[in-house]
Amino acid sequence: MNNRESLFSAKNRRLLTTPLGKENPITIQVLGICSALAVTVKLEPAFVMTISVIAVLAVGNMIISLLRRTIAPRIRIIVQLVVIASLVILVDQVLKAFVYDVSKQLSVFVGLIITNCIIMGRFEAFAMSNKPWPSFLDGVGNATGYGIILIIVAFFRELLGSGSVWGYQIAPQFLYDWGYKDNGLMILPPGALIVIGIIIWVQRSRDKELIEEN
Amino acid sequence: MENLISIFVKSIFVDNMIFAYFLGMCSYLAVSKTVKTSVGLGIAVVFVLGITVPVDYLLNKYLLVPGALSWLSPELADVDLSFLSFIMFIAVIASMVQLVEMVIEKFSPALYSSLGIFLPLIAVNCAILGGSLFMQERDYANIAEATSFGLGSGVGWFLAIVGIAAIREKIRYSNVPAPLRGLGITFIITGLMGIAFMSFMGIKL
Repeated sequence: MNNRESLFSAKNRRLLTTPLGKENPITIQVLGICSALAVTVKLEPAFVMTISVIAVLAVGNMIISLLRRTIAPRIRIIVQLVVIASLVILVDQVLKAFVYDVSKQLSVFVGLIITNCIIMGRFEAFAMSNKPWPSFLDGVGNATGYGIILIIVAFFRELLGSGSVWGYQIAPQFLYDWGYKDNGLMILPPGALIVIGIIIWVQRSRDKELIEEN
Repeated sequence: MENLISIFVKSIFVDNMIFAYFLGMCSYLAVSKTVKTSVGLGIAVVFVLGITVPVDYLLNKYLLVPGALSWLSPELADVDLSFLSFIMFIAVIASMVQLVEMVIEKFSPALYSSLGIFLPLIAVNCAILGGSLFMQERDYANIAEATSFGLGSGVGWFLAIVGIAAIREKIRYSNVPAPLRGLGITFIITGLMGIAFMSFMGIKL
């Protein structure tokens, strides 16, 4: 067993770090956009959503990877959906028990983690053909890459849209007295789309390889 | 009847699946390169939403909500199975998609071949599960209301994807800044379309 890779070998570390930038699920792989946009009005729900997705994706990836030799290819989508749905039910019950307010704000979007394409996408692309530990790392990495974008978007939307961060007022009162106004567009749905568009713009102008043809 | 029309129009324009709730964005972004394919996917989504929402409505009403099982026997009146709704809904959706696929293949091979891969992919389109979950959250009074909500959301999604596909076909001829090409500009256009759709807000029927 001497030639066994260590748990945090260079290859495994890469699994964890590439999804944060070069292979980011949202800006590059275009997976899991739906929930990313809807829960980012305030920082707190975005953060809770990130934690939930990390939990579901990491554990789910590991379970699918453990089962990968026993799942018949024809029924794999149903099996994957059952695994995801059971994990999401667990997360939902935990959220309802401990952070009921946030769970109410997230409303249907906790349930929609089931159809979050990141999860199915990583199951198909990675967990079905890799060992449990790398799959776990891949899950944590991808979910974190997703979470980073969520938190950046939520930060700007909350700061510009309500003048606060994590519920604390940041913009001081005298600014409002001088005639400063919160940007109402940021709270509305189109604000999220435009902020993500700008994030993609910034990322791709820093890294020319990512530019698309057309 | 007026109530049904009002729900239908409201779910197309005011509560549009894409512009108000961002549901089904993944396939919206991936399949909107040409108008032809997006029309196919749009029709399939209308179809599946129109079937799964009423089916899930019945399931929710007679199986899942607290006390729903009382039609079986009075002892079951305080059983609450609502925590099972995610798994039930997704199972209904996956099997309905399979069923719809088989029916279309049998009765209309032409439509089947034009929809191709998009039909099975609908099972993981968030708009479908989202439709059922919103139906549960908003507590529609009867199955007709739920159906008109399902169809309306589908039509709204259809309009949105066909609109963006038409714009993307034209934008090929414009000079978009290189880092924004493809995904970036699509996001920003969707944002602008969303602003346009916001003008429907506050309309009361």
